Amino acid sequence: MDLIEFPSLGRGDLRDMRIAIDGAFRDFTRAYGETLEAMFHPIQVLLVFIEDLLIGSPWILVLAAIAGLVWALSRSWQIVLGTIISLCLIGFFGMWEDTMRTIAMVAVCTMIAVVIGIPAGILMARSDRANQLITPILDMMQTMPSFVYLIPVVMIFGLGKVPGVIAVVIYAVPPVIRLTNLGIRHVPADVLEAAEAFGSNPRQKLKDVQLPLALPTIMAGVNQTIMMSLAMVVVASMIGVRGLGQPVLQAINNQYFTLGVMNGLAIVAIAIIFDRATQAYGKRLQKHLEAVHG
Amino acid sequence: MAEATHDIQINRLYKIFGPNGAAHVADVEAGMTKEELKAKHNHVLGLDDITLTIPAGKIQVVMGLSGSGKSTLIRHINRLIEPTSGEVIFEDRDIVKMSQTELRQFRREKTAMVFQKFALFPHRTVLENTTYGLNIRGVGEKEAGERARRWISRVGLDGFEESYPNQLSGGMQQRVGLARALTNDAEILLMDEAFSALDPLIRTDMQSVLLDLQAELRKTIIFITHDLDEALRLGDRIAILRDGRIIQQGTGEQIVLRPADDYISSFVRDVNRGHVISVRTIMRKGERAETPVTLTATTLLEEAARAMTNAETNRANVVSRDGTHLGMITLQKCVTEMIAPDDSEAVDPEVQVA
Repeated sequence: MDLIEFPSLGRGDLRDMRIAIDGAFRDFTRAYGETLEAMFHPIQVLLVFIEDLLIGSPWILVLAAIAGLVWALSRSWQIVLGTIISLCLIGFFGMWEDTMRTIAMVAVCTMIAVVIGIPAGILMARSDRANQLITPILDMMQTMPSFVYLIPVVMIFGLGKVPGVIAVVIYAVPPVIRLTNLGIRHVPADVLEAAEAFGSNPRQKLKDVQLPLALPTIMAGVNQTIMMSLAMVVVASMIGVRGLGQPVLQAINNQYFTLGVMNGLAIVAIAIIFDRATQAYGKRLQKHLEAVHG
Repeated sequence: MAEATHDIQINRLYKIFGPNGAAHVADVEAGMTKEELKAKHNHVLGLDDITLTIPAGKIQVVMGLSGSGKSTLIRHINRLIEPTSGEVIFEDRDIVKMSQTELRQFRREKTAMVFQKFALFPHRTVLENTTYGLNIRGVGEKEAGERARRWISRVGLDGFEESYPNQLSGGMQQRVGLARALTNDAEILLMDEAFSALDPLIRTDMQSVLLDLQAELRKTIIFITHDLDEALRLGDRIAILRDGRIIQQGTGEQIVLRPADDYISSFVRDVNRGHVISVRTIMRKGERAETPVTLTATTLLEEAARAMTNAETNRANVVSRDGTHLGMITLQKCVTEMIAPDDSEAVDPEVQVA
């Protein structure tokens, strides 16, 4: 027996198998593609709305709104000042519109990730079985090369904003789910027992005790999700999502060094703004834990 | 104010920890010990045939060392732990048989609990912690706030309403725990080693707070402790637990005077007897002395000795609360009882009271 070569399916069999699976998926796409597209249409509407709002409004108002939001989250004038300076530089170097598109996209992806991720995390925290089931799926979502799941997404939705959002959410949702689960599981047992002793029902326990105590951890997950969505903008631009990713892609294809660096730095700048603002917010949420009695 | 009117009756309660506890109740009833159960079936005996009447409006102390099952026992009264068999009767209902909804209702309206490690909600202010029980019951924010403020003030935390628990010292945190429990206005107050984590001075202070409140509120309090001095100071009745069994129950005086076995004797040896034993226990019944000092039957030996010394006499008459003459005591007997236990003459106080 030949022990050098691994016994594998013949080349013909493999080809047949691939053709069969691809064919079945293509049939599925033809049959349900339009239905699925219709289902996901609201995402497109939302994204276009936010984009139009950010791009169509006077830049000074948009700048003020972003600065106001950052202030509301962080309560730190340093972070607000940094935000204003970086956005002004971005605008000065002609990247305002692309930056707004990227911000709109990250905002929508984060919203979707939170809407899916927090309930999924709660489910995992409540049921060990759900935990066992979902954990490997999350592992897969985080390690599977994004190009692999881009193929079926593009086959169903074609090129455009919606497949971009779906690809980004697949990549970016795991941290919210994991950290919601972790945050709820780490609520001290004695505090839960106290809630129980006072007659809380499971919903009251979740709302009044578990979620508030898990919130700083959940916010760390949201922060991670935002960072990962930003990391995906270049990949998303390959399937037609407009924004800062597209000039970068163009720069790669044509070896435009300066164009690449400028847009890359713009991505870095908004990443830092989002990161500092959400982190500062997470810290503020933990204020009650800081003032320990001396 | 919910003054307690119903006893809590615990009947033949067993708790066996492990995947198949119910299967081994019969073994334990037949006399299998904790060690045998652990060795043979790998189950842990938590409570072994507990039968106890907790009188309404009194402080019932459950005492024992760690691992004796005392925290397990208190958690059966509001069923934070499911019993393996037995019943817990309150107001003619068996708590063990309640549905989840009934149980929640019972916990909300009839019980409140204070915990050893305070178990305050760290993300809520003192006021929000205190209103928690009322929030859960759906009492309006305004009314809940008013009621909570009253209790915060009553436990001496005026001005700390908006502080977070982490900003307070241990003693203050447990005051919050107490206020949170009292605001629930429940008949039953469960206190699980509530003062054990506090410094000795603060602990004594909190004991006084509790006794003052109880004089006014008359709740049914179940107080868990491993500290005999605390048990004797607080308990109207004391039950001593060891390896999940009650090995003695009675008043503090009964336990100090007639320890049921060597285990309890070793506990009781270092007790300040002058603080526990009352004059009625050692008086000469029916005798009368020529002395200016008259004491009520419940006067403790230490106070009696002080009264006689101050009056420069060595005898005192003993009268009941309504003034009926009962007997007399001598200073010498008083001091003897305080320093050296003399079993031959110890009289069962239960008999003497009659």
